[in-house]
Amino acid sequence: MPDGLATNLHEYQVIGRRLPTEQEPTPKLFRMRIFAPNEIVAKSRYWYFLSKLHKAKRANGEIVSVNEIFEKNPTKVKNFGIWLRYDSRSGTHNMYKEYRETTRAAAVEACYQDMAARHRARFSSVQIIRVATVKSADVRRPYIQQLLQPKLKFPLPHRVQRPAKKADRALIIAQRPSTFY
Amino acid sequence: MSQMGSFKRLVEVGRVVLITRGSDAGKIATIVDIVDHNRAIVDGPTTSVARQQISFKDVVLTDLVVKRLPRDVSAKVLAKYLEKQQVVEAWQKTAWAKKLEARKRRANMTDFDRFKLMRLRKQQRSVVDRQVALLKKERA
Repeated sequence: MPDGLATNLHEYQVIGRRLPTEQEPTPKLFRMRIFAPNEIVAKSRYWYFLSKLHKAKRANGEIVSVNEIFEKNPTKVKNFGIWLRYDSRSGTHNMYKEYRETTRAAAVEACYQDMAARHRARFSSVQIIRVATVKSADVRRPYIQQLLQPKLKFPLPHRVQRPAKKADRALIIAQRPSTFY
Repeated sequence: MSQMGSFKRLVEVGRVVLITRGSDAGKIATIVDIVDHNRAIVDGPTTSVARQQISFKDVVLTDLVVKRLPRDVSAKVLAKYLEKQQVVEAWQKTAWAKKLEARKRRANMTDFDRFKLMRLRKQQRSVVDRQVALLKKERA
C-alpha cells in the first residue's frame, strides 16, 4: 500500500477483568474491540469505556490480553456504517455515518478525520459505538449511494501529472502542462 | 457517455492504468473496483502488480479497457480476461509503451554501449549520406 494510504489506527481486541478476590476468585472477563493508534492507547481506552459500563477500574483490575484484529479481506471494498457519539461544544450527539473503505480500521480513521473536519471534534470527544458492513441495498447516505451504481464511470477532469520521485520535480518547465485526458 | 463531454478516458471497471509512483512504477494494472472519487482497487496478475488500493494521483489512465469486465472479479478471472483480450500485447504495441521501453534501455546503457551506438550511427550515416549525395548529383 502506498504511504499516503496507510492507516494510523488499528483494531484491537482487549480482554480484562477485575482483580480476583476471596469473594470472587474467578471474575467475569470483559472483551472490547477498540480502535487506537497503538496497544498502549487501546488499553487506556479500554479502562475508560469499562469504567463507564461496569464498576471496574485500572486500580482494581487487570488486562488479560491485547490482540490486534486484522481485516480478513483487505483488498475488497466494503460499505461501513459507523454509529458514534460525540461531545460538541454545546452538548452530546449520536450520529450515524457511512464510509467506503477496504478495512474497518480505515473506515474508523476516515470517520475521525471527517469528525475533525466537519465538527472540529477531537479524538477524545468521539466514541465509536458500532462499526458494521452495510449491504449496498441498505446504504442510506447519498454520497455513498452514488458510488454504488452498477456501471459507474467518471472522468478525471484535471490531471496534474507528478514525477515518480519528489527530487525529479521541476520548478520551472518550458511548456504549460496538459491537464486534459 | 454523452454527459462525459469530450473526456476520452474514464475511470471505470476494466480501465487499464499505468502506475507512475511507488514500487510498481512503470507497470500496467486494471481497475477492478472503484472505492471513491480518489481511489480504486487495481490488480495486475499478468504484470506482477499485487491487488491494492491506489490513489488516482499515482496512476495515469490509458486508452485501453478490458471489455465487459464485471466489478470485483478475482485475480484468476481477471487474468483470463486479460489473456483473451490480449491487453498486455495491445499495450506493448502503443507508441507510449515503446517510448517508455526505449527510455529505459537508454538509461541502462553503459559507456561501452554508447560507444557501440555511436559507431553504428556513424555507419548508418555514411550509407545514407552517400546515397543522398548521389541523388543530389543526379538532380543537378
